Amino acid sequence: MGLFRKKRAGYKGCHFTGVAGFHAGREAAGMKKRNGKKWNKYLYAGIVMTGIAVVLGVLGFFWTPYSTTAMSAAEKFSGPSLRHPFGTDNFGRDIFSRVMQGLGTTMVISSLVVFCSGLAGILLGAVTGYFGGILDEAVMRITDALNGFPSILLTLVIISLLGTGRQNVIISMSLVFTPSFVRIVRGEFIRLRDADYIKRARMMEVGKFRILFVHILPNIFSVFWVSVMIGFNNAILAESGMSYLGIGVQPPDASLGNMLSDAQGYLQSAPWCALVPGLTIVWLVLGFSLFSEGIRRQGAFDSGQ
Amino acid sequence: MRKVFHLKSILLKKKLCGFLFTALLTMAVLGGCADGTGESSGDNSSVESGAGSQDSGSAQESTDAAQDGDTSAEESTSEESAAEADQAGQGTSDVTYGGSIVVGIQQDIDSLDPHKATAAGTKEILFNIFEGLVKPDENGNLINAVASDYTISEDGLVYTFTLREGVKFHNGNAVTAEDVKYSLERVSGLLDGTPLISTLSTIQAVDIIDEQTVQVTVGSANTELIYSFVAAIIPAGSGEAEGADPVGTGPFSYVSYEPLKGITMAKNPDYWQEGLPYLDSVEFKIMGDGDTSLMELQGGTVDFYAYLTDSQAQALKDSHQVISSPTNMVQALFLNNAVEPLNDVRVRQAISYALDKDEINGFVGGGNGTLISSAMLPTLKEYYVDLNDTYGSTANVEKAKELMADAGYGDGFDMEIAIVSTYPFHMQTGEVIVEQLKNIGINATIKGMENGTWLDEVYNGRQFDATITALTCDMTPGYLMNRFQTDSKKNFINFQSAAYDENYAKAQAALDPEEKAGYYKELQKILCDEAGSVFIQAPANMTAISKRLAGYKFYPVYVQDMSTVYIVE
Repeated sequence: MGLFRKKRAGYKGCHFTGVAGFHAGREAAGMKKRNGKKWNKYLYAGIVMTGIAVVLGVLGFFWTPYSTTAMSAAEKFSGPSLRHPFGTDNFGRDIFSRVMQGLGTTMVISSLVVFCSGLAGILLGAVTGYFGGILDEAVMRITDALNGFPSILLTLVIISLLGTGRQNVIISMSLVFTPSFVRIVRGEFIRLRDADYIKRARMMEVGKFRILFVHILPNIFSVFWVSVMIGFNNAILAESGMSYLGIGVQPPDASLGNMLSDAQGYLQSAPWCALVPGLTIVWLVLGFSLFSEGIRRQGAFDSGQ
Repeated sequence: MRKVFHLKSILLKKKLCGFLFTALLTMAVLGGCADGTGESSGDNSSVESGAGSQDSGSAQESTDAAQDGDTSAEESTSEESAAEADQAGQGTSDVTYGGSIVVGIQQDIDSLDPHKATAAGTKEILFNIFEGLVKPDENGNLINAVASDYTISEDGLVYTFTLREGVKFHNGNAVTAEDVKYSLERVSGLLDGTPLISTLSTIQAVDIIDEQTVQVTVGSANTELIYSFVAAIIPAGSGEAEGADPVGTGPFSYVSYEPLKGITMAKNPDYWQEGLPYLDSVEFKIMGDGDTSLMELQGGTVDFYAYLTDSQAQALKDSHQVISSPTNMVQALFLNNAVEPLNDVRVRQAISYALDKDEINGFVGGGNGTLISSAMLPTLKEYYVDLNDTYGSTANVEKAKELMADAGYGDGFDMEIAIVSTYPFHMQTGEVIVEQLKNIGINATIKGMENGTWLDEVYNGRQFDATITALTCDMTPGYLMNRFQTDSKKNFINFQSAAYDENYAKAQAALDPEEKAGYYKELQKILCDEAGSVFIQAPANMTAISKRLAGYKFYPVYVQDMSTVYIVE
């Protein structure tokens, strides 16, 4: 029963809602000085955790200890050992190698999703926030509509129209992630469009394009980066979820999600098959969360000086 | 000052815990989502396209478990099946009467009306309530049931059934010629114009000769038609009432049914087979997914469950009798014979040589499947011919490469394998095959799709290179062979062979069983030699039976016969 409730509670969290709520607590810097220097635990913990994951993932593109697809009946389900630090799966494939490949795949997909939706967010958010009017109304109503759907459902709908596969996952997730970026960017542009220096720029008849992207844009980056980090986290979870449901990365290519889904049949007999990709997702998400929290505090601390 | 610091560190910890917790929750959600989508294999009915996987279920059987153990030659399970055969087969000694058991089933019942039920999962249960004039036995032969004898005229057009004396319906009334006439007219459509069982629509007339004799006239001769007379005999005039309160002549009578929960049956004391059944009552309980059934079996709330995955079977093998038996399904890598380069027979043969079926069976089916090389079930013994030597059960890479080079594809090519992604059994088979095809330079990729899309694009639309699925078969050999005729609507692999068409027509027309079997064997050989597709295996089905039960018989068709099961203490 307890587990069930957790799942329900978690389901709400499952919506990849992007960046809501990070505005809260800008004031709490939460760090102290050590030897006169700023010491930001979050940032360092985040950098270390993400760093390990990124290094493994990038390395996984060029080299893995074992082939990620070669099967071996003799080594089926062997537990963690020196030879196979994370054990082997139901086809005798080395799980460590597959995690490396999966990390890489997951991070590439997530980065592309965040890049595409972030770019779209900046363009749409800047234009709607700065000019307002009918265009603003229209875009905002569309983003409202998109937000109205549970995002996993929306992604599934788009996938069912486009078909499964890597590119389609990137396209559909980018679409789903765009509204939250649009909102953040729009909010910041509204805040800054009547700032004194922008007013003056307008009086000096600086070009609109220049005002948007040279005068205002650099000033929203501290906020924007945090939302990128959180978006990245959500993208990792979403990608894993979609591969888990069998609509993301197709086997035999490894992804953390499809490794989890393959392993669920062997939870009792070979728990490492599920634990390793599961904990890797936790590690990755936790790392990025700490990282983004660190950046936010750093930003708040800097501006508080 | 100190206090403030303390507070802060608590806050920090709380935040950290929050992150961890969210991460865990998200994992739980990933887990939760699958319950909905992953296992939606509810409809594993006899609709032939409904690709079967081990866990999507199929109750099948072997004629004797021991033989199955030999053929699949694998570690632990073969011992068990052998040991089981003794116990299950001829339980002579301590037969006890009474008691009740709970049988787990995979999905809800589509209709309690035996003539309207179409899902295989329903028919397997209704087998206990209803009987036809004839019924299948555990060897795949027909035995007389409501009829005590029948004769078929020389020209195959007139069937004369003699009714068994003393057969009673569950409501206490004796079965009369009127009831038989009514039942046959109902299924054949003579009653209201809509045939309920299509094969029997060939019936032209049902005449009552005397109180114990019924004569059936059919439109065209077909030696396989007799298998259709397993259609249930129901009381005359019962019609729609049958769906609400089913009355038949089987070993168990209907007691109650609750949608999504299950169906309960009680012993039929007047059953015509002396001494059967042993149990007082049987409850068929609908299980959620595979994991629920595992827990229920372990907890002892379910005594019997027939659709275990290999890993579940491993978990249960000490606490239960776990028996493996072939299903009535044919799993294959189906190749679209109409697309480049698979339209070249040498390429198809190369793929046949390149696949290591032993390895597939070992990885995916726990070594319990029965390897095949054509579209015939090994359990249809009279018709089956073993062709596994044609391409061998292990890979012959040399030969395969040679054929590829001959065909002008020495450097290989790209190929897409479409698989319904909710069937882990086929997906895993696909992963192994992709790896094996690399050896001969074929760069295969898996395209996972949803069942509806698969039906549209692959099965009906024929827009695919290759696909992995399983086709279900019934007791008649023509059922699967029929679809590979050049112009068959179900020939989704676009197989073309004039020799095949010719032999199939001859097989249908043949009245002599020997001759008919000969044609069917020829058909299998053509399909195999032309490498119409790469037939892999009849997947094994794993059944767990509580150790307190004995006497269960495995059938080569989709039924669960509870009449011979008894409790040993």
